[in-house]
Amino acid sequence: MAAPPTAIEERLPSPQDSASGVIVFDNVSIAFDERPVLQGISFRLAKGETKAIFGVAGSGKSTILKLALGLLKPDSGHIYVLGNDVTQMREEELFDLRRKIGMVFQESALFDSLTVRENVAFRLLEEGNVSEEEVERPVRESLSFVELENTMDLFPSELSGGMRRRVAIARAIITHPEILLYDSPTGGLDPVTSTTIIQLIVKQRDVYKTSSLMVTHRLQDAFIMASHYFDPKTNQMQSLPPGAHAEVPMGFLILRDCKIIFDGDVHELAHTRDEYIREYIS
Amino acid sequence: MELISPTDFAKETVQAVQDYSQLAGQAISNLFRPPRYLADTMQQADLIGFGSLPIVVLTGLSIGAELALNSANTLQRFGSLSLIGQLVSVGMVRELGPIITGLMVAGRNASGMASELGSMIVTEQIDAMRALGTDPLKKLVTPRVVATVFMLFFLTIISDLLGLFGGAVISTFMFGMDWHQYWSTSYQILVFQDVLMGLVKPLLFGFIIATVGCYYGMTAKGGTQGVGRATTQAVVASSVMILVTDLLVTKLLMSVFAYQ
Repeated sequence: MAAPPTAIEERLPSPQDSASGVIVFDNVSIAFDERPVLQGISFRLAKGETKAIFGVAGSGKSTILKLALGLLKPDSGHIYVLGNDVTQMREEELFDLRRKIGMVFQESALFDSLTVRENVAFRLLEEGNVSEEEVERPVRESLSFVELENTMDLFPSELSGGMRRRVAIARAIITHPEILLYDSPTGGLDPVTSTTIIQLIVKQRDVYKTSSLMVTHRLQDAFIMASHYFDPKTNQMQSLPPGAHAEVPMGFLILRDCKIIFDGDVHELAHTRDEYIREYIS
Repeated sequence: MELISPTDFAKETVQAVQDYSQLAGQAISNLFRPPRYLADTMQQADLIGFGSLPIVVLTGLSIGAELALNSANTLQRFGSLSLIGQLVSVGMVRELGPIITGLMVAGRNASGMASELGSMIVTEQIDAMRALGTDPLKKLVTPRVVATVFMLFFLTIISDLLGLFGGAVISTFMFGMDWHQYWSTSYQILVFQDVLMGLVKPLLFGFIIATVGCYYGMTAKGGTQGVGRATTQAVVASSVMILVTDLLVTKLLMSVFAYQ
């Protein structure tokens, strides 16, 4: 079995990065229609780390992503993204910050009246003052990353669910954002397509070292991410040697009853004594 | 059906008025802040203006013709058939042209805007737009408001002219009135105040149609059923607002210009 590339060690977050964190939730609470969804949650995402967020349906997983992006405002607490307190920022200021963050929505949320090319190029075109050639190259690169270069002129309605999800990833990564947020990227997909999507996320983590939060229902996806690395030479995901899980920057966060009940790595998760978590991961 | 307490209803109503005012205010203030979406505005102007032309042509023609037909009978009894051109002209330019065009465009476009933006809301496309660093109010709402105000102004002029033409056809071919006399009396009766009143109204109606349509779209909730509800509410609310605004503006301008 091939050893993981040395780059993995280089991308492990430094103590300073871990201390500051690219995303920091500090005692955040939010309720919808007087029903609490998150109550006093705190966690930090270190630079280069990917953190998978688990919890039953309605436990506030997607809400965490929307809060991090400033699409929702918490009732109390502070959220720091790349050093900015998004809870104190006006919508106008948030637009600049959001340009450094990519998000893949649960149902892809592609603009259905635009072609794949226009969807992927959306952010570049919105920034303005770019020529046709300047847009074409990054769009091709982005689509080739998800292996969908031949779909440029198709509309989202002409794509399968898995292809739409991959186009959404291409749209999110086109400007090489510092943070990526994935909302159930493999939800409702068949196992083969799910593995393709997970491979892309691992590639993004290991090749571009992008920090990310990933909401998912599928434990096996997160375990694959914790036990594999991306090998650029073979352009494939490879298994880590036994006991080398700490080599990849992968964390787990579990929500229950509006609170975080677990925040740690795969090793800690596997050895937890919490009955609920043991049942959840079994 | 779930009953709602009067207090909650009052709160929701005040909240809706506040949200609508905020959206309408931002739609205007965005005109003075870049980026300006000229291509989107042109596209909307084509969809709203050119797309509404067939119904505006048909309603303008038929309203003018019906006005002439109904008035002619009464005027004939008093031997005043020659006044028909004046009656159609003042009626169309001051009142019927703007209001019929406004209601037709509201039915066609307020519903279109509410359903389009509502669908984008429920499929998270608006959130995706915000996540990609684009302000949906600037990209989607302001171009629709500008395009509707601009195009409704010209659609109303077309409707007025076609109404006069419809009246001319009825007066000439059914009541034997002289074609030239009809047009000269129609033209001579109009004063500056009439034309101004007829051209101020479409600007207000256009603003109402676009902001109400966009407001209901941007606040749609509850999946496809919610989009359907938003579409219906947009047409009802914009039509009622057009009628109420018409009454208020007519009274105001009449007072300003000291109409007898």
